[in-house]
Amino acid sequence: MEKKDYKNVFVFAEQREGVIQPVAFELLGKARDLADVLEEKVVAMFLGCGIKDQAQTLIEHGADEVIVIDTPELKDFLSEQYTQAVSHIINERKPHIVLYGATTIGRDLAPRLASRLKTGLTADCTKLEIQPVKEEEKEFCMTRPAFGGNLMATIVCPNNRPQMSTVRPGVMQKMQRDASRKGVVTEMMPNFDTSKFKVKLVETIKADKEIADISEAKVLVSGGRGVHDKEGFDKLQALADVIGGQVASSRAMVDNGVMPHECQVGQTGKTVRPNLYMACGISGAIQHLAGMEESDFIIAINKDKFAPIFSVADLGIVGDLHKIVPMLTERLKKELEK
Amino acid sequence: MNIIVCVKQVPDTTEIKIDPVKGTLIRDGVPSIMNPDDKGGLELALRLKDECGANVTVISMGPPQADVMLREALAMGADRAILLSDRKFAGADTLATSYALSGLCRTLDYDLIIAGRQAIDGDTAQVGPELAEHLGLPQITYVADAKLLENGNLLVHKENEDSVQVLEVEGKCLLTVLASAFDARYMSVSGIMEAYDKEVEVLGADKIDVEEGKLGLAGSPTKVFRSFPKPMKEPGEVHEVTPEEAVELIVNKLKEKHII
Repeated sequence: MEKKDYKNVFVFAEQREGVIQPVAFELLGKARDLADVLEEKVVAMFLGCGIKDQAQTLIEHGADEVIVIDTPELKDFLSEQYTQAVSHIINERKPHIVLYGATTIGRDLAPRLASRLKTGLTADCTKLEIQPVKEEEKEFCMTRPAFGGNLMATIVCPNNRPQMSTVRPGVMQKMQRDASRKGVVTEMMPNFDTSKFKVKLVETIKADKEIADISEAKVLVSGGRGVHDKEGFDKLQALADVIGGQVASSRAMVDNGVMPHECQVGQTGKTVRPNLYMACGISGAIQHLAGMEESDFIIAINKDKFAPIFSVADLGIVGDLHKIVPMLTERLKKELEK
Repeated sequence: MNIIVCVKQVPDTTEIKIDPVKGTLIRDGVPSIMNPDDKGGLELALRLKDECGANVTVISMGPPQADVMLREALAMGADRAILLSDRKFAGADTLATSYALSGLCRTLDYDLIIAGRQAIDGDTAQVGPELAEHLGLPQITYVADAKLLENGNLLVHKENEDSVQVLEVEGKCLLTVLASAFDARYMSVSGIMEAYDKEVEVLGADKIDVEEGKLGLAGSPTKVFRSFPKPMKEPGEVHEVTPEEAVELIVNKLKEKHII
């Protein structure tokens, strides 16, 4: 393997039922930064069935080229079908770097590919940069949390190509969509080895919105003792509905039966890392903080200005949630209508 | 049916503390446990054993101390335990780890391999799929349910963010399992007694089907360049304001952060 033969930053542009997932745009944003530093191109790999009309959208979000494989075999995500298709592209085009979303699709596909291509993969990266490691020598540095978030590790993949990583949704910033961006769309078609297709999709059951997993939510409006009761949580629900979030709860409100256990955040509940965590009437016991302090942005509303939740909040409001939350809901309704 | 279950001994990451002066992990006194998703995988294997009869072999790679965890697996109902332990495995990343495990699997008879989705110390979720590829097996990850059908195929539920895929797999395969879907049983008293009479087989690199150059640090494409404690969060702003002003502050922040 000649390292210098491997060029360009590739992104696996994930779609589900023909809808390009937000993480694809976020990865294109990051890929654009990396490619500009390396003076290379951004290439999106866009796989599915009946999707090629959308390739231009990926160009408008930062891709210089979109490689499309549009075929019935790729209608639904299945590991072997997608692995064959992506490895075909990688073997043909020899990327320098490949990024995947750290979703149930990306985290299934990327390690399978890493093992097939005999290269390195770093999971759930929170930072990706081209950095000098020794004099004159630059490496692709992939930083990720380890030991349950207690430690950060920067990983390099010096001798194997491509260098691959997964990134959780919501971690990277997408670039502003630019309708005037131009790029190339290339169609490819692998020769599938169908004898390897041993897994058959019987059916897909859509998740009931009611039981959606809070640990996957991008926005959580979470309530504690200060919310008081079910009626209090209705106010939180109204706010969550307006900003496309879900309602979560502290342990206190689960123990007293107001909220179900599935909604509990904290050491004995779920660990969450949403883009926005709004803690309403939560004092912030250490067990609760352990389950949410990794959230990207934390807003706390609490009457007690000494509540420990303020030590992890990016924005703290000392006040009455029962007044602020309904007003905020109304205000956001108007903002979002604009 | 012969089932292999891959398990890992991990530090209980909820108990880990950071040395505030040195900024390093304090591992002393942190209990070692069977990785929760792996325990869920073992539970699935034991349920299949209860329902249709199976021979369950637990395998692990790690230091000799992992013996304790393997005995726990035996006490829960596993039939055989094998530990890969050799300095040649040290420093392995997920590719080299899965390669070593594949070398062991190739020496065993199996119809199904079950692994946990991910380990709580690394959280990579890579070893399962990488192992499946080394062995040329189909994989299903994020498994929340698996049943044996009359035709001998497995019917498996894969849990995605927005859906559950119901999948049917023919022949040998590898599943990675979610702990939350399989409430693991406790060790039984008789199981504990028997577990201490059973042997945990300890094997080195020379006893499995591998090329030595692909093991351990030398066989690992990824290297840890540096590690450091998570940067302390800067204290945020706290305002004592009227509700009107509070709404204004929040809306402005949400815009600034591109949340709305």
